Amino acid sequence: MQLHHFHGGLKLDEHKAESTARPLLTMGVPKYLYVPLSQHIGAQTECVVEAGDRIAKGQRIGRAKDYICANVHAPTSGWIRGIVEHPVPHPSGLSAPCIKIETDGRDRWGDDRLEPWRDWRERDPRSLRERVRDAGIVGMGGAAFPTAVKLNPRPGKRIHTLVVNGAECEPYITCDDLLMRTHPEAILEGARIVAHMVGAERVLFAVEDNKPEALRALTDAVASGEHDFIRIVSIPSVYPTGGERQLIKVLTGREVPSAGLPADLGMVCHNTGTLKAIREAVVAGQPLISRIVTVTGPGVREPRNVEALIGTPFADLVAAAGGYRPDVDRLVMGGPMMGFAVGDDAVPIIKGTNCLLATRPQDTPQPGPVMPCIRCGECTRVCPANLLPQQMYWFAKSKDFDTIQDYGLFDCIECGCCAQVCPSNIPLVQYYRFAKQEIWGREKERQKADLARERFEFRQQRQEREEREKAERLARKKAALAKKDSAPTEKKAAIEDAIERARARKTAQPAKERSAQDRERADG
Amino acid sequence: MRFRTRTSPHMVPGHSVGGLMRQVLYALIPGTLAMAWFFGWGVLVNVVLSVLFAVMFEALMVTLRRRPVGVTLGDSSAVLAGWLFALAIPPLAPVWVLLVGTGFAIVVAKHLYGGLGYNPFNPAMVGYVVVLVSFPRELSLWPSPEGLADASFTLWQTLQTTLTGRLPEGMDWDAITRATPMDMMREALVSGQTVHEVTRSPVFGSFSQTEWEWAGNLFLLGGLWLLYRRVITWHIPVSMLLSLATIAGVFWVIDPDQFASPAFHVFSGAAIIGAFFIATDPVSAATTPLGRILFGIGIGILTYIIRTWGGYPDGVAFAVLLMNMVAPTLDHYTRPRIFGHSGDGRG
Repeated sequence: MQLHHFHGGLKLDEHKAESTARPLLTMGVPKYLYVPLSQHIGAQTECVVEAGDRIAKGQRIGRAKDYICANVHAPTSGWIRGIVEHPVPHPSGLSAPCIKIETDGRDRWGDDRLEPWRDWRERDPRSLRERVRDAGIVGMGGAAFPTAVKLNPRPGKRIHTLVVNGAECEPYITCDDLLMRTHPEAILEGARIVAHMVGAERVLFAVEDNKPEALRALTDAVASGEHDFIRIVSIPSVYPTGGERQLIKVLTGREVPSAGLPADLGMVCHNTGTLKAIREAVVAGQPLISRIVTVTGPGVREPRNVEALIGTPFADLVAAAGGYRPDVDRLVMGGPMMGFAVGDDAVPIIKGTNCLLATRPQDTPQPGPVMPCIRCGECTRVCPANLLPQQMYWFAKSKDFDTIQDYGLFDCIECGCCAQVCPSNIPLVQYYRFAKQEIWGREKERQKADLARERFEFRQQRQEREEREKAERLARKKAALAKKDSAPTEKKAAIEDAIERARARKTAQPAKERSAQDRERADG
Repeated sequence: MRFRTRTSPHMVPGHSVGGLMRQVLYALIPGTLAMAWFFGWGVLVNVVLSVLFAVMFEALMVTLRRRPVGVTLGDSSAVLAGWLFALAIPPLAPVWVLLVGTGFAIVVAKHLYGGLGYNPFNPAMVGYVVVLVSFPRELSLWPSPEGLADASFTLWQTLQTTLTGRLPEGMDWDAITRATPMDMMREALVSGQTVHEVTRSPVFGSFSQTEWEWAGNLFLLGGLWLLYRRVITWHIPVSMLLSLATIAGVFWVIDPDQFASPAFHVFSGAAIIGAFFIATDPVSAATTPLGRILFGIGIGILTYIIRTWGGYPDGVAFAVLLMNMVAPTLDHYTRPRIFGHSGDGRG
């Protein structure tokens, strides 16, 4: 298969072998689980249980109340011990509402468990999508975007290709690798389910060539099954090939339009872990309540992959990997390039937690002081979006948010290549995140201001109109009174008629206004 | 357990500014030693004194600007500016030329504009041009290898000459200096000789004066090493040397008697050191790939024009400064096409 290149990218030290040497370990059920209500991109779920409730494994405890949202389920059976503010894995280090579950150790499913659909081929795409939505599945490559939204058809866009993302391009992370080695059949079945759902005719399954075992396992599985429309493609290991847009470029040579989606090219892209989760949801009726996490880095004694329940504290996973080495000082969720450091290992794993990376000071030495940008252009050379990071840095620094958008700020995928090669140690990605936040903030402010102005103008118009009508009514009354004397009989009928009309208008008008006022109050 | 949080990436950092600058310094060593071999101790004296002065001015300015002195001096950019300036100055030039040049380079061209990263003009070239237009006589006296050998010029005598501005007793400037290839060519052509008559001169090697050829080769070696180490990109050196050779080639084909060969232009004067070490100063150069190519082409063409029809024998310094002026404009109009956008980069 003819492969293509994207601009830039980096060859990084892989550090994958450390965690693939040991077999996958399924962790036990911890005493307490902290399940965050928001584990995905989009709105927070609504908690549908109360403290003291007895819950079964797989029972829905957080309800998606918005389109871009994902249900949350109880990872095991036990009791709800409250909705508490607990530290969550988020760059801010802040706490967020979590459902605290005291587990009963019985791991018992409830009666209202989703029905297993072994006959998914006979099901129509709509009900399968509904199943994915019910099961609370999100993208498991790290971004955690609700999968059902991604699977929804877009008007006028026919999907012909499903791209399976098994690239796993960030150093250290091997959870997809392990999954592909151990469960190739399940992933392939997931791929067939999704292909059936979106009507794709072919599946391109991309795996970086640094995972020969996974490639072999998949190739064998494809050869032994009825997967002839699935093609396993070995792609060069370059960071960030696993970016959706970069991967599609490598596979097809085509670029997803800047403001568009892969659907614009007739494609949809899903991570291997997501496909496995979809398969479990459909075929086994199991919502997304556990996942494989790579626990690795020079800061843990026995790097490995573990399968753990959502809500298990980081500390438990590290303990399962032999515990910390002495003088570990950094714990990162995600990979070394895009992951963020957490301040506390009490935070629980969530649906998007693909990796825990622990490092010591000697492994990631503190970069020197931030120096001025010397415009060396290394960042331009490595940028996979072909941006000019050095120029965007100036604009972010000077808060020139119009120009920075003109330079493609929102095409930045925050892969971190630029920051990694910057000789001046400038945290470039932070500057772009800052600029994006500011722009979104301003956009919100602007919308609010627009709404306020519209309301004000409406109110003003209404008051003017009321004044005018009052004046008109007065004038008519005066005229009628004046005419009453001159033409008492002949025009009486006409006057009464006019009064009647005015009365009718009066009753109609205030009703309309009241409803407008009500609306206004409700908005405010 | 609690941890400290830091921003991504969580990797071993790659380069540092100081590291890059020092690699450029290493790459200058072979060419500098070659020049010292041919033109005597004066080359090294110039380098040492200029670097000393540059660092001194840098420390002074950083202190005045209340910035951390250690961090700034650690980036080695002042050392590099002083070194590059020194290589442009004739060995045996008086010490105040070095002082004025480095002072202008560091104080005015660099720190008055905001220091490293903010200077629109190449500091070393600003310093050089200031002394070139201010002290034309001192800047025109290049020693000749045979002159120095005849006079058995020692390090002590070199220091004496540099510090006092006067030759030791019993020596004469005419005896120990000789016109550089650029000067020779210029004077010969002005006085009606042909290119051929100049290059037949015994001091000429294959394309230019032997010493300049050798120094050029070794600077070329250092430049290629910088390319290999990815300290610089190919865009500026290749486009500058190619455009210089091309325009020289065109005129040379038209009239080989009146216009020197492309090889002469490339291997004489500051063409090679300019292409690899001066025009590639990232701060003052264009930064987009296409912008850098245009930047290099502009320097090549301007160098040729100044050399051939201008008032100075060499034109690299002027060409670099002129192109520094347009670098921001080049960057503005040569933005690469962003991924997922059609046409030019402007979203």
